[in-house]
Amino acid sequence: MRPHAAIVGAGSLAPQRRTEGASTLGMLARAAKAALDDARMEKAEIDGLLVGPQVGETPQHVPATVSEYLGLQPVMSNVVDLGGASGPGMVWRAAAAIQAGMCETVLCVIGNHRNPEPPRSPNRNPIREFDVPFGASGANVSYALLKQAHMARYGTTDEDFALIAHWARANAQNCPEAIFHGSPASVDDVLASPMIASPLHLFEIVMPVAGAEAGIVTSAERARGRQAAWLLGAGEKITHRAVSQAPDLTSGPLKPSMDRAFAQSGLGVERMSLLSLYDCYTIMVATTLEDAGLCTPGGFGEFMRAHDFGPAGDMPLNTHGGQLGYGQPDLAGGMTHVTEAVRQLRGAATGRQIADPEFALVTGNGATMSEAVALVLGTDA
Amino acid sequence: MTDLSTLKVPGPTVIPLTEPFWEAAAEGRLVIQRCGACGEAVFYPREICPHCWADALSWEEASGTGWLKTFSTIWKPGHPGWIPAVPYTVGLVELAEGPTMLSHILGETPEVGMKLTLAPTNIGGRVLPCFRPEHGVE
Ligand SMILES: [Zn+2]
Repeated sequence: MRPHAAIVGAGSLAPQRRTEGASTLGMLARAAKAALDDARMEKAEIDGLLVGPQVGETPQHVPATVSEYLGLQPVMSNVVDLGGASGPGMVWRAAAAIQAGMCETVLCVIGNHRNPEPPRSPNRNPIREFDVPFGASGANVSYALLKQAHMARYGTTDEDFALIAHWARANAQNCPEAIFHGSPASVDDVLASPMIASPLHLFEIVMPVAGAEAGIVTSAERARGRQAAWLLGAGEKITHRAVSQAPDLTSGPLKPSMDRAFAQSGLGVERMSLLSLYDCYTIMVATTLEDAGLCTPGGFGEFMRAHDFGPAGDMPLNTHGGQLGYGQPDLAGGMTHVTEAVRQLRGAATGRQIADPEFALVTGNGATMSEAVALVLGTDA
Repeated sequence: MTDLSTLKVPGPTVIPLTEPFWEAAAEGRLVIQRCGACGEAVFYPREICPHCWADALSWEEASGTGWLKTFSTIWKPGHPGWIPAVPYTVGLVELAEGPTMLSHILGETPEVGMKLTLAPTNIGGRVLPCFRPEHGVE
């Protein structure tokens, strides 16, 4: 299949623990400007806009609010609300809108400011009614349940999982913007970090930060001749919301999503130069490696011991440190896996560039291993 | 061990559809829905059957037995009201009728795969359908 679209620019704000007085709109504008500059395009060329949800600041009319703030009048716009899969979810939707002839160049932008005391969730949904009263509030519990299920089913160990956090911290040492730049962590450090929700230790959990990430997706015609990360395949699947309703605790919706993305691209996972895998928790990477077919179910620990996951290694994985090393700018965290892959494929990953990149697998994951998007990107159309 | 009944924690956000579930819970019982068209048991309560979309759900008494699919012992709760109770355990209980629910698990040494039985427990002033190991809490 000939690709219809490519990502030709990426913009990121450095993650911050707090943003006193900053607005999400202002942060989105700065990330958007950085992406447009990176693409060497003009603002007038943007005729599509995809944004993430903005709980709190702008609960409704998000595309209109963002368009007005940026001085855009898009002919295609929407909110993509897939949690950590929102970023990659925007990319294939942008390409689909371009292919349908609705627009030609789409700004995909997502981010959030962060108050010192984030407000409590206003949810009135089944999770609030049937999970929270028993003492299960927040994502940590859900992923702790998933990790425990994996350990019980396969006999995987805390040391296996700690390797994932160790590598994230190691790669963050090559990314000056990363929250954990200057703070590597050994396997022993991970295991010695406080238990938050057994079996999850603190260093297996992302640090919540503020940030914003943007990408410019444009048509094949306009992308030709530019440094581009071409969209070669995509897949998406949503299976549930609450962890109690998950159809499977040790394999997730990324499995069919990746299958579809690989089938569309005509490529196998062994052809990937970069794995840019959503890593809200160590367990998410473990399950994704297994669902991708990189190792057998339950075999990720052996896989982690068998490879070098650094930018000069044989299996580069989350070269920006992943969210475990970079920090999780809320919903923009998933977009960091897109922007990092774009930088690597365009040869712009200064200080951590992988050699001769050809293809990248990007994954996004939302809620409780509920919402999944996989992308295969490549350097050539 | 902390008396869970004294916790200041969020209770269920009951709506008319779900009232029978919480009224039964207050009496120490567990009720779930069953679809009259496809026969599947349904948890959590719905307007229509999520399996076949038939408008044929009715309430029935659940057996109150199940097994522990997975669990987590919480040291840093997501809600500050739970801090006095740490460490405490929540888990996923696959009910004998089929559906899975999240619940509070009593007892010191949970194990994946263990058989569980309903253990109505006062949490924050409301009796909730919690579970304990079938052979009792040591
Ligand atoms: Zn039915």
